[in-house]
Amino acid sequence: MTAAGQEKLVISGLHAAVDGQEILKGVDLEIGRGEIHALMGPNGSGKSTLGYCIMGHPSYEVTAGSIELVEADGTRHDLLAMEPDQRARAGVFLAFQRPMSIPGVRLADFLRHAVTNVRNPDRKEGQELMPMRDFRSELKAKMADLSIDTEFARRYVNDGFSGGEMKRAEILQLAMLRPKFAILDETDSGLDADAVRLASQSIARIGGAEMGILIITHHEQLLEHNIPLRTHVMLGGRIVESGGPELAAELHKRGYERIRAAYPEAAAAERSLQDAATSNAPHPVTA
Amino acid sequence: MATGLHPSSGDSSTIAIGSGDAIGDINKYDFRTDSPAVFKARRGIDAGIVAQISEMKREPAWMRDFRLKSLEIFNSKPMPHWGGDIAVNFQDIFYYLKPAEQQGKTWEEVPDAIKKTFDRLGIPEAERKFLSGVKAQFESEVVYGSLQEDLAKQGVIFTDTDTAVREHPDLLREYFGRIIPPTDNKFAALNSAVWSGGSFIYVPKGVKIEFPLQAYFRINAESMGQFERTLIIVDEGAQVHYVEGCTAPMYSTESLHSAVVEIVVKKHGRCRYTTIQNWANNIYNLVTKRAMAYEGAMMEWIDGNLGSHLTMKYPAVYMMEPGARGEILSIAFASAGQHQDAGAKLVHAAPNTSGRIVSKSISKNGGRASYRGLVRVEPGARKSRSSVVCDALILDDKSRSDTYPYIEIEEQDVSIGHEASVSKIGEEQLFYLTSRGLTEAEASTMIVSGFIEPLVKELPMEYAVEMNRLIELQMEGSVG
Repeated sequence: MTAAGQEKLVISGLHAAVDGQEILKGVDLEIGRGEIHALMGPNGSGKSTLGYCIMGHPSYEVTAGSIELVEADGTRHDLLAMEPDQRARAGVFLAFQRPMSIPGVRLADFLRHAVTNVRNPDRKEGQELMPMRDFRSELKAKMADLSIDTEFARRYVNDGFSGGEMKRAEILQLAMLRPKFAILDETDSGLDADAVRLASQSIARIGGAEMGILIITHHEQLLEHNIPLRTHVMLGGRIVESGGPELAAELHKRGYERIRAAYPEAAAAERSLQDAATSNAPHPVTA
Repeated sequence: MATGLHPSSGDSSTIAIGSGDAIGDINKYDFRTDSPAVFKARRGIDAGIVAQISEMKREPAWMRDFRLKSLEIFNSKPMPHWGGDIAVNFQDIFYYLKPAEQQGKTWEEVPDAIKKTFDRLGIPEAERKFLSGVKAQFESEVVYGSLQEDLAKQGVIFTDTDTAVREHPDLLREYFGRIIPPTDNKFAALNSAVWSGGSFIYVPKGVKIEFPLQAYFRINAESMGQFERTLIIVDEGAQVHYVEGCTAPMYSTESLHSAVVEIVVKKHGRCRYTTIQNWANNIYNLVTKRAMAYEGAMMEWIDGNLGSHLTMKYPAVYMMEPGARGEILSIAFASAGQHQDAGAKLVHAAPNTSGRIVSKSISKNGGRASYRGLVRVEPGARKSRSSVVCDALILDDKSRSDTYPYIEIEEQDVSIGHEASVSKIGEEQLFYLTSRGLTEAEASTMIVSGFIEPLVKELPMEYAVEMNRLIELQMEGSVG
């Protein structure tokens, strides 16, 4: 449990559906600022869906439950009542498993806009952006810190990026936007061992006491430098078990058979979800 | 053109005109000079009006005859059978207005939407009044004076076409109406009969003008008229970049704009012609633009079309001799009540010629954008290469995009490519951008700006900046 007086992201009894197909079937999760949580589970168990619901993807319909930001003094903010951009301004960030490419838009231009909005939540459209000089020097410093070539910022957002480049661009955005709560959706997928290690180190450098992080992953390597306070296992749209870092190691080594056997109802739900996922995938795979 | 009418005069149908000596020399403008000749402005078109225009401009006989012949051709030609529906009553239009008549209205009468756009583009006060037709002349000699001196030293001629008819008759008689004869189409014939203003540029052999020449430097009501006529001659090995128009909305109470632009690029010359135009929503913008490129010459059209009720414009490059190159980049943005029928034409008339067309269109709020293009390879134009890429972005279900690519190839040994794509702003792209703190409107604008970026980066810096602001303006209110 998180300490009193700590800012929290609180998810309670969350149910969500895509195209009428229920994917999340009652998720409860609390993440305090400064904490790292790992979310593991087989493909199709609803991990990415949870990330999308927290960020407000329009294709995901929350049918029950709540997602709230709770301030240190207990003030509650209903994320579900906010548009995605308002959630970003409230301090929530989702690193995409498959980020979209935006041809013709330079990463630096996009990021300057995003940083301006997120740091000035009351900014109106058309108002001045963050001064170019300040933005550039900060971006340059962050890129150096993450060993990213500065040329990268001039490229079009995710356009023609390799898998590894996309993930690094996501980490760079995380570093620049400095959210209160970040969900990292398989930031390690498609990366080789060295790249995963680099990503793990980068995330550790960016995180810290100011950021609560939910790391969605299949592997424990990403957790090497980001030891989770709690590890949660999702199956069939529910978090069925939570534990310490040793749980991540166990799942990585032994897979999910013990979990499936222990929670037959969730395992049955998983099978029906997988059927649905293969028949109507909401997210086109980008090239 | 000097004018004898005091701006406050109430009678707009009888105008005393000046001697004509001051045409093109805006330093000599004097609203208070009275002079004897009288021009009665009236609506409609006939031989009388055409002769009167010519007489008023004190033109030589050859030009008057050219106008009258063109009028006959205009009368005999059918309306274009393609593109949009042209609902213009030719007898209900003023074909020639003195600048003083054009400035009949006051600032208060200018529509709010136009004023707002001026604000957002940061157009200076003096220019706003000119652009909205409140003021007939724009005091630009301060900017332009020293430039013109430099150019003159190199033998460059840059003046308005009316002046050129009188001062450079040899060049005019050799090229005027030769690239686009009045017989080309009904609106080229109309322009040939009633043309007024436009730019004339001659760049002598080997002279390379490093900065873009802008019509803006010598902006006045004459040069920005409804039927302007531009002729550019780039001599051997010479180089020029001409920028026409400006991104501020062109507001006019008249509904027809029909210009003709003729360009000759001689051996190893280079010419780039950039247009960004943003017409008021009542305008029919029917323009003929064509360039002839000779041995090893390069002609580029960069054409941005916003606004208007209907635009029909297909800049063309005729590659006349081996090694000539032609490139046409166009952007069209069609919003509510607008139809952009824009495109390009490449004619390979000699071996080893190469061409490229890149067309990008955006339609929103029920707007309609069409690409209409022709690539023609003449017999004997061996080893010619052309590529056509047209991409359309449709922002909502009410809007429409069409592609009409015509390809005529009469030679075996050629390489011609055509690609077309139509896309919509994806929900996934929007979600990605909004999840990083951009509002939906900002995200859409960013996607649209990115879509046209490959062309915008070809524009001179200040135009690129204004183009992006214009896109922002066009995108306002398009979401939610």
